[in-house]
Amino acid sequence: MMLLIQYTLVYASLLTVVALGGCYSERSGIINIGLEGIMVMGGLGGILVLAFIPATLPPILIFLAATLAAMICGMVYSLLLGVASINFKADQTLVGTALNMLGLALATVIVKALNIARTAGADNSARIIFKDTRPLLSLSQGTEFNMFMILTVILLVAAYIVLYKTRFGLRLMSCGEHPQAAASVGINVAKMRYFGVLISGALGGIGGLMYIYSCGSEANFETGVAGFGFLALAVMIFGQWKPHRIAISALLFGLFRALANVNQAIELLERLDIPKPIYNMLPYVICLIVLAFTSKSSKAPKAEGIPYDKSTR
Amino acid sequence: MTMDKKGNNKRGFFGLPGVRSFLAALICILLGLLVGYIVLLIINPENAGKGMEVMLKNFLARNNKVFQLKHLGNTVVKTAPLILCSLSILFAYKTGMFNIGAAGQYVAGAGACLYFAYKFSSPWYICILVAIVAGALWGAISGALKAYLNVNEVISGIMLNWISLYIVNMLMKAFCKGAEKDTIAFVRGQSPSLIPNMGLDGLFSKNTSVTIAIPLTLIIAVAIWILLSKTKFGYEIKATGFNKNAAKYAGMREKSNIILTMVICGALAGIAASFFFLSGFSTWNTNQTSVPAMGFNGIAAAFLGGLHPIGVIFSSYFIQHISDGGTSLTGMYPAQIADLVSAIIIYLCGFVLFMKLQMSKVSAAGERRRQAKLDALAAAEKENAAADDASEEMKGGEAK
Repeated sequence: MMLLIQYTLVYASLLTVVALGGCYSERSGIINIGLEGIMVMGGLGGILVLAFIPATLPPILIFLAATLAAMICGMVYSLLLGVASINFKADQTLVGTALNMLGLALATVIVKALNIARTAGADNSARIIFKDTRPLLSLSQGTEFNMFMILTVILLVAAYIVLYKTRFGLRLMSCGEHPQAAASVGINVAKMRYFGVLISGALGGIGGLMYIYSCGSEANFETGVAGFGFLALAVMIFGQWKPHRIAISALLFGLFRALANVNQAIELLERLDIPKPIYNMLPYVICLIVLAFTSKSSKAPKAEGIPYDKSTR
Repeated sequence: MTMDKKGNNKRGFFGLPGVRSFLAALICILLGLLVGYIVLLIINPENAGKGMEVMLKNFLARNNKVFQLKHLGNTVVKTAPLILCSLSILFAYKTGMFNIGAAGQYVAGAGACLYFAYKFSSPWYICILVAIVAGALWGAISGALKAYLNVNEVISGIMLNWISLYIVNMLMKAFCKGAEKDTIAFVRGQSPSLIPNMGLDGLFSKNTSVTIAIPLTLIIAVAIWILLSKTKFGYEIKATGFNKNAAKYAGMREKSNIILTMVICGALAGIAASFFFLSGFSTWNTNQTSVPAMGFNGIAAAFLGGLHPIGVIFSSYFIQHISDGGTSLTGMYPAQIADLVSAIIIYLCGFVLFMKLQMSKVSAAGERRRQAKLDALAAAEKENAAADDASEEMKGGEAK
């Protein structure tokens, strides 16, 4: 049971962070389907730091360095979405899909090239091993609790305050609801949308690092982040684009995802003898059912996905 | 915009929509290849030129004609399902939907046709029919969720992709004996389920994977083109895509059109899978943990082909060509370079609208200049004529 709680929190925290990222972007009016690709690129940046940083440094420093690297990689990568959809009015779904494919291909190419160069061709896998630094980020040894969970809580509270209690957040949200009205009172819509995309890049990057960290002490970039970016989008929709509801729905999805990992450890579930693929499928099935019931009264930002055009009303 | 008597758009070369699509695609390809070349340079500058050559030449890099033809055959076999997947995506896009679920419909089709081949040793046409039905049903789920419950088809498609992958793998492992090892050997040994060659293998140095699936694919592409441009249903679909509310107001049943569209899209993806796996070319790996890339590459091909059913035939071939070329890079470079190039191409396709706008601005400016010149000429002539009149009048006056 303890194991189930641990894994639930692991998955819930990473889903919360990524879904919050999606929330910032969509609140500013840009659909971010590319979160999956952003996670891969951010995760790559963070993991490279974890793999090559000396393990003798203080843990908090290692943690900050890895998180910062993930954030920066995610933000730089998300600029591709920003430029295309804000400056060039591109189809946001298309660009997001391209980002997902590009992220996976780029990360695989980079890691393979690194491995080939490092071992003179002996190792052409897409794996990065970070065994030495992994235990340092744990909060209590032997459990799955880690520093990222504290970070998640901070980011969650921050998101609530920023979006609802600051001028910046309210302006950001107005650009997602009615950009023309926002522009008429002097808000720079393009700038706000860039902020939204960049913040989602930073959070997506951190989320990617959290996912790869949760998988064990080595990362294989050929499998990417296994659809967690998309699950996070579902969490965001189920959370109706509101930070506190996102946290709750992340817990729900995290629980179902955790069941796939620990079903053998729980006696009741083991006795039921359900095949493992069913558990693997469960988060996606639940997601679909939940969406079917909640999408009718969806509170999606009204202007999301529509390029801002000054000349329309 | 000036029209002549026949209603032709007199905008010069850049004004033709086909030319604009082609130019935009060409720009995307060239920029994508350029970025790919830069990546090769960064990884290993010595071999970059050669690597690019290998990728672009693909089968032409083989040293004799027999092998070249055989490898061309392999590329063509893989192109057929890609064409069908991109047709599936472009068909949905015409209705204003983004069928990212093509991958899942493809998986459903693959599972269904292989299941019938294993379980009942059904003849190939039955297997293909079953794949069509499975794909169509899978597409219908997305369509119905969208039409009646307002679920975004992108999200539902992604979820259904994963669900279909897990279901198919689970069922194949449970019911198809030996499928976890290799499905090629089985399909090849199961002659009724194998799609017949009808002599086409002779054209490609006895590459037995080249089957009548290839001409059938081309026929389907033409059929989709006719369906979209010449029928009432095609018109309704495009109208719904342009403006859903206007279509509804005009009396079109937009809900059933959405579902029907997704059914057709799913059927296309299902056919793609059955053509691929019943050609005895590739095995279905029951342990794969990620959704097959075919459906996603279809997005690239669809947009690169200018969202035109005939255009995607060429763009699909191109994408398959460089991705096969990419696999021969192993040893020098990671094979994923080709994926990288096609991903960049898709990204650049996002700018196509912008490029076309620029092109039409250029041609409009040219048109304006031409018009201005004509106007100026006309004005000058008028002035001349007026001056002549005036002088004649003067002369007349003098004569009086």
